[in-house]
Amino acid sequence: MTALEAPVRSEASVARRERARVLLRSPSFLLGAGVILFWVACALLGDRITPFDPLFDQTPDISVPPSSEHWFGTDRLGRDVFSRVLAGSRDILLVAPLATVLATILGTALGLITGYFRGIADDTISRVIDAVLAIPLIVLAVTVVAALGSRSTWAVTVVIAVVFAPIIARTVRAAVLGEAQLDYVEAARLRGERAPYVMFAEVLPNVMPPILVEATIRLGYAIFAVATLTFIGFGLQPPSPDWAVQIADNYPYLADSWWTVLFPALAIASLVVAVNLVSDSIQQVLER
Amino acid sequence: MSATAPALEVRDLDVAYRVRGHDRPVLRGLSLRIERGESYGLVGESGCGKSTAALAIVRYLARNGRVTGGSISVAGRDVLALRRGELREFRARTVSMVYQNPGAALNPAMRVGDQVVEAFTVLGVPSKEAAARAREALVTVQIADPDSVLRRYPHQLSGGMQQRVLIAMALAKDPALLILDEPTTGLDATVEAEVLDLVAHLQAELHTSVLFISHNLGVISKMCSRAGVLYAGRLVEEGPVETVLQDPRHPYTVGLLRCIPRGGVRKDHGRLDTIPGFLPPLGAELPGCVFADRCALADERCRTEEPPLIAVVAGHESRCWYHERASGLPREEAADLELPAVDRTGPPVVQLDGLTKTFRQRGHDVHALTDVSAAVWPGETLGLVGESGSGKTTLARTLLGIVPPTAGVARLDGAELPTRYQKRSPAELRALQIVFQNPDSALNRRHSVRRILLRSLRKLAGLRGQAAERRMLDVAARVRLTERTLTQKPVQLSGGLKQRVAIARAFAGDPKLVVCDEPTSALDVSVQAAILNLLVELQARNRVAYLFISHDLGVVRYISDRIAVLYLGRLQELGPADVVFDGPHHPYTEALLSAVPTIDGGGRDRIKLEGEIPSAASPPSGCVFHTRCPRKVGAICEEVEPPLVEVEEHHLLRCHIPIEELRRLQGKERATA
Repeated sequence: MTALEAPVRSEASVARRERARVLLRSPSFLLGAGVILFWVACALLGDRITPFDPLFDQTPDISVPPSSEHWFGTDRLGRDVFSRVLAGSRDILLVAPLATVLATILGTALGLITGYFRGIADDTISRVIDAVLAIPLIVLAVTVVAALGSRSTWAVTVVIAVVFAPIIARTVRAAVLGEAQLDYVEAARLRGERAPYVMFAEVLPNVMPPILVEATIRLGYAIFAVATLTFIGFGLQPPSPDWAVQIADNYPYLADSWWTVLFPALAIASLVVAVNLVSDSIQQVLER
Repeated sequence: MSATAPALEVRDLDVAYRVRGHDRPVLRGLSLRIERGESYGLVGESGCGKSTAALAIVRYLARNGRVTGGSISVAGRDVLALRRGELREFRARTVSMVYQNPGAALNPAMRVGDQVVEAFTVLGVPSKEAAARAREALVTVQIADPDSVLRRYPHQLSGGMQQRVLIAMALAKDPALLILDEPTTGLDATVEAEVLDLVAHLQAELHTSVLFISHNLGVISKMCSRAGVLYAGRLVEEGPVETVLQDPRHPYTVGLLRCIPRGGVRKDHGRLDTIPGFLPPLGAELPGCVFADRCALADERCRTEEPPLIAVVAGHESRCWYHERASGLPREEAADLELPAVDRTGPPVVQLDGLTKTFRQRGHDVHALTDVSAAVWPGETLGLVGESGSGKTTLARTLLGIVPPTAGVARLDGAELPTRYQKRSPAELRALQIVFQNPDSALNRRHSVRRILLRSLRKLAGLRGQAAERRMLDVAARVRLTERTLTQKPVQLSGGLKQRVAIARAFAGDPKLVVCDEPTSALDVSVQAAILNLLVELQARNRVAYLFISHDLGVVRYISDRIAVLYLGRLQELGPADVVFDGPHHPYTEALLSAVPTIDGGGRDRIKLEGEIPSAASPPSGCVFHTRCPRKVGAICEEVEPPLVEVEEHHLLRCHIPIEELRRLQGKERATA
């Protein structure tokens, strides 16, 4: 008996642990994750940790520049900007990930179908995807809002999901095309498996790494897109402390009170950069 | 550079790879010497350190690899002491290397001509002269039409042609040492034979010193005068090629040679012997003999005390305390095997009737398969041989229903099979299964072995729950997988174990015929022997039939009862294995057989085939083989396609030459050879 005692190279688990170790040693991952965790904590704790009520007008102190009492100053209604920046992470941290998850699910399904069946299904869906990709975000947003008759947060979520799904679908399709060439797919067909089983149980687990990477990249863009749409008046409305609402609300007064715009803008930037740092690190680890 | 220094002298070379913060030794005290004009073969299975040795010599180790001891000198120059600029100069002028995969060694974006010219301009040849020298170089490697080849891009050349171009580039500098690392491994037997002939011819003419690395003992036997056997980074045996192969004195060499099906051995002669156990893991502590754990002769001394290279006779050394007993190494596998005889009086299990497949490609009809008829009886193996592009795989895929035929039918137990697998019943799917060439691609790397087997049992045997569980253990035991393996994923398994899982999967529903598409080509010979034994055991037990595709004729002969020879999608010969091998046979079969370099010294007087396989889009008129046939009789071959006729009992041949004439021609040459 030759092959009885297997040389057990526990490579899979070693590789997983190795990846986690590399991630935890990467300064950019730690920095990004730290910033994200900070904003998540702010979102969860909300006004329990803000020094002032983010919605309460402190009328005597209107448009005060940053000081030891109001670190980021106050806005023209006398609200504490620091408190509002801390409290402002909540909605964006709900909407952007939700939109990304929706986009990933939709995009993955489309990518699997186009990549697995190819032929007519691929041609049709791919042309639709190309068409959607050609439409600018804002035009689509206006269209959807007109169609839904609503400029709610939900509308923003749906718009972003619809715009991002085709991009994810393309990445998934490319991965599936390569995977569907492999013999295990043929073996599955030859034992009589139906297409949905082959797609979801056989192929999908093998294309998860690129999907994960794509999803984290999209999350960064989604944050930016949510902020953009909110800024031009979709989704949340004043007096919400949302960062983009704050910027939209205050930018006419930029010359007099720059602090009311700069700090929420920096907050958005910090979150986008943090997500990108994390997604870069994950990509490096997965693609090694 | 001294003129008398050997081409290569490696002394006590230690190389280690740094993995996860630890140095893992890969080469342990390797010493070898290649004289000027000598051709030296380095053999061993994958993971033994062959390629590492080659890369160390040109100082091209991977970034985590490092020479930890010893010295290397090429033509008297100390390679390890070279500085950056000197090293580049050394690689440009002194040493050349030809790699395994010629497609990857050529730049796909540059014309072949520009790349060959580069090999000369780097030596300082002025560009005008370089162009002329490039053309000359291609003539040297026997490329008939150098000007057109120079204008083409690499992808427009066949693999054999690409490898010739690379050899031409390697020889541009008249190197002091030419390293060939598995140069013919990916090539067809006939192309391999041509490339090997070319290298042998050039070596004789230019007196180049060659380090030839291969896992194929037949190739080494044909190409080299001396050989070294590498195991776990140690040279375990070294000597003149004939002596090492005919009178091996190290148990590893003995075991390796016994694993190879050769000299006409067939499955009904008994099991192949195998080497027990596994290569020690990278960088393992080996206080004694590196082979002790797998050696039936090993005793306490072998495990604690490393043997030196002991001279058997002058020039033949073995690293074994008991080298005089090595040839008496006890067999690992008992040879006995009860094989019930194949009964061909009953109905065949699978019958192919006039199968034809024509692909439509860029407006051309590509005739992949033309009117192929054959039958396979229960419990027999039909071997399928032919060069790549001959239609072997298309035939198998048509039978399985992956590719619907253009014409003709396949029958299972007399009933016509639907042409597409989607239309086949579960019973029909269960009856026909496949074992693929590459187990990495054949097994889903995200699924555990358990999940893979349970799913197949559910779909193919209709078993669920407890019943499936019990049957899985049974199936796993039959292919000798341990219970521990069941919880693992494919990446955690060695190549041989992965192939066992793939075989278990194919056998989940008690198939009637299993297509084996080069099932051992990706495996080392010792693992190959174990897999072949397993396939034969399963056949003896289940009366399963195999359609066995392989380019390794020794393997095909071992496992097949009958053999079908395909050329350009047409069946050229079909008959009992011994008859097809021993002749009289089709001129194509004859050429194919003579191309294979064997350990016993075959393949030295081979029949040369002119040119390459014609395109299946425009097959030659008349007999499709006439353009390359060494026995072409005349105009009739170009005009009339010979019919496939039964020339003697059970032996079908497609040739205008009568069988008696073939017997006379081939017999005469055999007698004089």
